[in-house]
Formats: sequence, structure tokens, C-alpha cells
Amino acid sequence: MSATLPRTIIPFGPQHPVLPEPIHLELAVEDEKVVDVIPSVGFVHRGLERLVERKDYQEFVYVAERICGICSFIHGQTYCQAVEAIMKIEVPPRARYLRTIWGELSRLHSHLLWLGLLADSFGFESLFMHSWRIREKILDIIEATAGGRVIFGSCKIGGVRRDIGPDALRTMLRQLEEIERDMREIVDVFLNDGTVKQRLVGVGILSKQDAYSLGCVGPTSRASGVRQDMRQLGYAAFDEISVEPITRTEGDSHARCSVRCAELFQSVDIVRRAAAKIPDGEISVKVTGNPNGETIARTEQPRGEVAYYLKANGSKNLQRFRVRTPTFANLPALVKMLPGCTLADVPVVVLTIDPCISCTER
Amino acid sequence: MNEEQSFPLIPVETLLSRVRELRDQGWRLVQIGAAAIGPAIEVTYSFDRENRLSNLRVSLPAEGQPRLPSIASVYACSFLYENEMHDLFGIQVDGMAVDFKGKFYHTTVPFPFAARKT
Repeated sequence: MSATLPRTIIPFGPQHPVLPEPIHLELAVEDEKVVDVIPSVGFVHRGLERLVERKDYQEFVYVAERICGICSFIHGQTYCQAVEAIMKIEVPPRARYLRTIWGELSRLHSHLLWLGLLADSFGFESLFMHSWRIREKILDIIEATAGGRVIFGSCKIGGVRRDIGPDALRTMLRQLEEIERDMREIVDVFLNDGTVKQRLVGVGILSKQDAYSLGCVGPTSRASGVRQDMRQLGYAAFDEISVEPITRTEGDSHARCSVRCAELFQSVDIVRRAAAKIPDGEISVKVTGNPNGETIARTEQPRGEVAYYLKANGSKNLQRFRVRTPTFANLPALVKMLPGCTLADVPVVVLTIDPCISCTER
Repeated sequence: MNEEQSFPLIPVETLLSRVRELRDQGWRLVQIGAAAIGPAIEVTYSFDRENRLSNLRVSLPAEGQPRLPSIASVYACSFLYENEMHDLFGIQVDGMAVDFKGKFYHTTVPFPFAARKT
């Protein structure tokens, strides 16, 4: 005769020591084992999408950049790409390369931030500090080239606002060599340390089929074997700088960590290739008139595919602006990852989708 | 570089069968988004297969209680988008996999995106 364990409902978040942002999980547990989960967000929804009805479409780049403090540049870039698609604006080649470089620097600082948070979630404080120490060096490069550490303010409709000169490019590449060396040291710990592996290997498994059918994106889906990376669409300079999606097949927390670790070096490589090929020339074109039409623009943010829908009627204010963020697409995956885990694994598994609630509560 | 795009309008009655057709052909659900445009609410369903985008659109009257069938029986992950459409636009989605009953977004104004104020 088998005894039936009583089921307890445990609310996890929206305020929790391991969560920097408000997400709530309704966890059904039997003893220490999670058997069911319902994720929810919506505690700080900002309604930014409706601001397009009041802001000039060119000024709105500033709002788009502020949707998120981590992938701010790529938010601004995706918005610009959508408007440029509607208005059929040809962005100068040098600007496309500069967007590529800043986009990959964004990915580097986002992934290093995430690695630190992951280390913090399983109590490896020195690893957390080393990850953020290296991230600081990326922020220094961003500050030196864009003027801001988090909000770049360098993307605009028709191109970019500032150039990176040859000296600054050389300095950046030199700094990246040192950063790459530092990253190799911490990546070795993340992927091979016994205690880290104990917390990540076989925890929170997401199958390839589930990752695809649940609409997952970015490292979350690639760690389950889905070859999907929006940089392959060829936006910015990615039509001339090829990108192969980095995948794993295990689908567990360790695989999601492993994908992001490998993407650190992939991003450094992309910056190097972009710096080597960047053409001379203008960095923006003059934009006149107002957009009229609709489009969906997609790019690859550090957390995965972001989709921007814009609709315009020829006035200076857009009719509709909608953002589907990568975290929004990855939330349903928690429904598959968490059942079967122990309660102590919940923070780690939640972090492995790299949830950005700031993006999601746009 | 921009993707080739179109937004074909389909009757609401054919939505489920069209979505099921796409799922069977291996398309991934990218997003569901609503837009209040004049007297109508346009709901756009976007799908991806091998980095190609395909859209379907239904149009609902903004007046009264706009209704839609849920596509949760085809794409289980649709419940987030459907709850979002309910809470922001007031669209009643029938048959959602998880119904947050208006508590998905905690907004001070009910259905803040439904009416267009100037």
C-alpha cells in the first residue's frame, strides 16, 4: 500500500532573497518535491507601450532603451530597425557594424551579470564577485565607447549617434584580450567544479520537444538542442558576420550555463571580426517624414529572441507598439522544468532562464 | 535587413484550424498581440519556422465584449498572451489553459489599452 503525501502550496516570490525582480510562483509540493507550478508576473506593469501615442516616434528610442537596464542597447536597436523597415531607410554600413559591436558588448555584460547571479543563488560568493569584476571591465569599454554604462543612448533611427574611432577600437580589442583570459578562469569553475556541477547537472531538465512547443527562445532553447538564433536573420552586420547557434543537448541547468559560457567567447569573436571588417563612412542618414505601415522586427537579445510590433499611420505618433520579450516566452518553460525538482533547486532553476521582469513588465 | 511580412486577415471561426495547421507543419508560436485600431481590435498571431515569420490576424469589434477562442489546445504556452490580452484589452478568451481571472497584470485602471484616449 502506498501512502499519499499531502500536497502543500508554497508561494515563491514576488519578494524573495534570490530574486532581484518580482516574479511569483505558486509551487505545489509533496514533502520537498515540487509537483506543479504556476508562474505569474504583472506586479509592476509600466504600460510603456502606450507612451507611443504621446511621444514623437524619433524620441521614443529613449523609452525603448529604458525598457530594460541590461539589454537596453538591443531594445533601442530593435525599435530603430522596425521604424527603418517601415520607412525603408537604408542604414550606412559603418553604423550596422557599430550596432553589432555594441550589441555583443551588451550580451557580454548581460551573461557575466547572469553568471554572477547564478553563483550567488547557490551560495558561491567569490565566484559571484569574480563574475561581476569581469563584467565591470565590459562596462568600462561601453562607457568609453558609448558614453553610458547601462543606457548607451547611441542608437537612433537611421544609424548611430557616435562613432568608435580606430584608436578606441584598438584599445577595446586589447582590453578584450585580458577579459577573455579572465573569463576562461571563471568559466572553468562554472563548468567543471564539483560543487557547482552538483547543483546544476540533471536539474530542471527541458526536452528539445518541450522547448520548441512551448515557444522558448535564446540560451534556454539552445541548451535543449534547438538551433535557433535570431542573429542568423542577418540584421545589423550579421549578413556579413556569420553566427552559428551554440547548442547543447542535455537541457538541464548545467547546459543552460554552458551555452551562456560559450556565448561569451562567441561574442568576443564577433566583436573582433566586426572591428576587423568595419568599413569607413557615414554613421547615420537624415530621417524625414513619418512612418506609415506595420512590421515585426526581431533580434537576438542576451536572453533570446525579442519581437517588436509597430504600426504607424503617417503621423508622428505610432498607433501601436508592442514588445514580446524573451523572458515572456521562456516563462512557460518553468512549468516543465520545476516539477520533479526539490524546493532548494527552485531558485537555481528559475535563474537559469535568466528572467528579466523589467523587460517583461514593459 | 527586414523579413518578408504579411498580416492576412482570417475569420475568427477558422482561427483554431489555421493555427493547428501551422503547428502540424512545425511552426513555433512567437507571439500573440492585440492592437486597438479605431472601432476594431486587431489580434495578430505570429509563428516562426527556420527563421521565417508567418502571421495570422483576426479582427474583433471593440464595442461590447470582444471574444476569442483560446489556442491553448494547440499551443499550451498561449495562456500568458491570452491573459495579457484580457487584462490589457478586455478581450474574453474562452478556454484558456490557465485563467488568472484578471489578475495577470495588476493595473489600477481596468483594461487600460482597450479605449484609445487622446
